[in-house]
Amino acid sequence: MLEDLEQFIAALEPAVGSASALIIYSRREAGFSAGADLRELYEASLGLTSAQRVSGARAFLERVHRVLNTIDATPLTTIAAVHGVTFGGGFELALACDLIIADKMTRFCFPELRLGLIPGFGGIPRLRRDVGNAVVRDLLLTGRSINAAKALSAGLVSQVAGEGEALRVARATASQAGKFDRTTSAAAKGFLKPIPHEELRREIDLFCELFERPTVVESLRKFVEDEGAHPYLP
Amino acid sequence: MKTLEQTTDEILGLAAQHFKIPREQLAPSDDFYKKLKIDSLRALELITRLEHHFGIELPDYEVQGVTDFRTLASRIQARL
Repeated sequence: MLEDLEQFIAALEPAVGSASALIIYSRREAGFSAGADLRELYEASLGLTSAQRVSGARAFLERVHRVLNTIDATPLTTIAAVHGVTFGGGFELALACDLIIADKMTRFCFPELRLGLIPGFGGIPRLRRDVGNAVVRDLLLTGRSINAAKALSAGLVSQVAGEGEALRVARATASQAGKFDRTTSAAAKGFLKPIPHEELRREIDLFCELFERPTVVESLRKFVEDEGAHPYLP
Repeated sequence: MKTLEQTTDEILGLAAQHFKIPREQLAPSDDFYKKLKIDSLRALELITRLEHHFGIELPDYEVQGVTDFRTLASRIQARL
């Protein structure tokens, strides 16, 4: 998945001159994205020393941040058209976009604290950039999920679409945004949406600090091995 | 104010409609994970549907450990 995103951003720059907007969406029925593959993360951790685990995690996070910072900074108007489960890394990808248009059945969540971690793909700084601290703390510290209507009222989502309509609404929005002079739109975007580089860096450091602890591997093991119906509930 | 019975009945109707199973196959004491053959991610669809229908917020930690429709109804009832 990360390799695909890296290829995508490599192809993005040449397209900037001929396009005005970028819509990111998913064809998966269950939702936009449930986030990082925890099984993969757990299996990659097995047999490694704590230092090796952290070093691998840091290298991985640096790559993810390069991708999301590129999406965040592109002069194109970026729109995440989301539906269903929009959790963890999927939520963080949406937050890198300029606008989030959510199907009414969307749910947003940062479940990372359940594993003894914080979001590592820029979720906290980007969420803080967009919404008030009360919402940030509620989402982070309770690990609860919220629906599209709540996200709209919190200022996280720009528009709520009917079921199955997020992509259509995103296309109409992209078409509208594309009517304006690109230089002006890009300048406005740069002014309105600065990238919080310093906080993003600190987030990587804190994630790595937390990831070093054996309790995190144990939490990942429990999650991966849980065959019950409700491992996602806190 | 709805009664617990009314709320339960509306939940059963919504669950039947959303997961496309006959309403008469659902009972208040059913384990909805088993009866609807869903996992926790799909249970969130039901929670979202219920939030819209009843016009409430239902934090997922409030339904932690809840597996039957009647108890779910009591959690919703507390938010109406």
